[in-house]
Amino acid sequence: MASFAQAIVDGILGGAVYALMAAGLTLIFGVLDIINIAQGILVVLAAYLSYALSVHLHLDPLLGLFVTVPVMFLLGVFIEWAFIRRLRGRERTAMSLLVSYAVAVIIEGVLYQTFGSTPVTIQAWYATSTLHVFGFFLPYIYLIGFGLAVVALAAIYLMLYRTTFGRTVRATVQDKVAARLIGINVDRIAALTFGIGVAVTAAGGMVFGMTNAFNPDSGYDLISRLLSIVILGGLGSIGGALAAAMFMVTAEEVVNIWQPTWATAVYYVVLVIVLVVRPAGLFGKQATRAQ
Amino acid sequence: MRSLSHRARFLALGITAIMTSALVGACSSSSSPGSSSSSSPILIGASLSLTGGFSTDGQAFQKGYNLWVKDQNAAGGLLGRKVKLVVINDASSPTQAVTNYQTLINVDHVNLLFGPFSSLLTGPSVQVAHRYGFAFVEGAGGAPSVFATHLTNLFDVSLPVAASLLPLINYLTSLPASQRPTTAAFPTSNDPFTQPQIQFAQQKLAAAGIKSVYSKVFPAEPTQYKGIADQVAASKAQVVVLGSVDVPTITAFTQAFVQQRYNPKVFIATAGPDQGTAYVNAVGGVGNTEGVMVPNAWYGGSPNAASKTMVAEYIAKYGGTASGVNADVAEAYSVGQVIAQAVKATNGVENSKIITYLHSGVVLNSVQGAVKFDSVGQNLQATAFVFQWQKGSLVQVLPTGSGATAVQYPKAAWGK
Repeated sequence: MASFAQAIVDGILGGAVYALMAAGLTLIFGVLDIINIAQGILVVLAAYLSYALSVHLHLDPLLGLFVTVPVMFLLGVFIEWAFIRRLRGRERTAMSLLVSYAVAVIIEGVLYQTFGSTPVTIQAWYATSTLHVFGFFLPYIYLIGFGLAVVALAAIYLMLYRTTFGRTVRATVQDKVAARLIGINVDRIAALTFGIGVAVTAAGGMVFGMTNAFNPDSGYDLISRLLSIVILGGLGSIGGALAAAMFMVTAEEVVNIWQPTWATAVYYVVLVIVLVVRPAGLFGKQATRAQ
Repeated sequence: MRSLSHRARFLALGITAIMTSALVGACSSSSSPGSSSSSSPILIGASLSLTGGFSTDGQAFQKGYNLWVKDQNAAGGLLGRKVKLVVINDASSPTQAVTNYQTLINVDHVNLLFGPFSSLLTGPSVQVAHRYGFAFVEGAGGAPSVFATHLTNLFDVSLPVAASLLPLINYLTSLPASQRPTTAAFPTSNDPFTQPQIQFAQQKLAAAGIKSVYSKVFPAEPTQYKGIADQVAASKAQVVVLGSVDVPTITAFTQAFVQQRYNPKVFIATAGPDQGTAYVNAVGGVGNTEGVMVPNAWYGGSPNAASKTMVAEYIAKYGGTASGVNADVAEAYSVGQVIAQAVKATNGVENSKIITYLHSGVVLNSVQGAVKFDSVGQNLQATAFVFQWQKGSLVQVLPTGSGATAVQYPKAAWGK
């Protein structure tokens, strides 16, 4: 029973970290209809930025977010301008897979050249310190990740549904031509949205880098998980990403108690069943856009 | 009808041409591969995991191979010919390793082959080498499943992994009953390198009365290690024998153990702590390495004279300390040394002669110590050691005796 409770706690905390990493992916798809395969390597890039600031400038990783978030935002704006904006026509979403994969390969190559292949981790006192509550040792870094996930996802939600900018974003999502006709700069909206999606990744990368040893290759392991989270949650659904991430990691942790080799398989079986019953995922895109 | 016979004539002509070229090909391949006798450089091909899950090991292997090539060429090469290494990246994929060795043999026309990193990649790769008659000398394919192929061209210069934990088992079972641990946990990656070691240790320790309180296999691909490590911590096992293949796995377990304030009396991992500086940095500094053990056949402080020279060269080229030198470097360097002795003894690079020579029972030298192969290519002379991190250095602690440092038992608390 104690093992089961521990697995639930690990699942909720670990799931929040995955939600933080997947938030940008689902935001970008929800607004731009772009499947950003580079999300995994962007998480790793963000982790390396935090790592470099920590090692070379001795900047605490949390404080480092004041640097990495703007840097990742600018990178996102650049990627949208340089690669994504060029995609036109009906095949845009499918082509985005190829283009973002190319972006991932470029970033991976740069990281290999800059940092090599040796796995590293980001160190800080809260990476291994824990809070002892009701018999559980809760690592501060996971609590921080949980908090960042809630704040980031709530901020994205409020931005989309409670601000003028959010209204222009949703207007663009509904009808680009009509949005242009009423004076909305659609290209600017796309760049800013992509930038925000990538900026959120900075926080996910920092937490990922403190909870895992990573190298430039780690992006491949991440992207399949992140994609499956946003598919299960419903492509484009912010809340769905959080729910799906928590479900995925909790399911894995619970199955780990009996048979770790089956943990990932069980999750994917559930994913297939959910998609058969609800092809749009738990919180499908259409439902989200109707909010 | 006329056009049919015309077509048939072309077909017959085509078949004849194909058969003739096949015959010519067969005749030319009936001589042993790599038997060119020109003064051009001797080409040695290797597939290495320069990216992917094994990239740390693969790149360390490349350093070892390169060091050997540099030393060999500085000493006049092999049989007066310069040595040139051709390396292709397999991205840690067994399928790609197979393709790479086919390319090295058929496109690059290498004279000799060196092995890849890990048993996982060596198993399928040696099959390719066998098909083309190449000797396959390697340093990281010591799993029983690799030797079970019974291929006569396989030669592993390193320690066969199955019984590598035996020194630790002997030590624990020799402790007085009052000090002997009573429980052990055996989490292991689903990998041909780790599982035989873990199963062996589990059987032996169970026979000695040390109860197994956790025994689970987790996927080889990166997974949610934290939950598994938390389960191990919850078992409160006094001994943890971790079947790991890389630094990220041992890092995740270490981090989870520290978070759960769980400190077993013995913590040994099949791989990871042997990766020198990469391991120390990943786990958060020397404080989290104290008392952690790893089985192996070599360490940076080895008294072997050739090893000392190699370590000095390594430090001069790449920096760091002796403890920071990855054991993969020595395994790779040993491959080169063994091939060099075989080429010299057979006075050529004819692979069939090299295979016969290496099976002759001859004892060869390497930075890891003496090398002598049995019929399936295991190194009979390799000695299993257990090393332990103590005050920032990796020292040999088992077997106890001459040159060995005293075992730190129980291991120190994390961060000390």
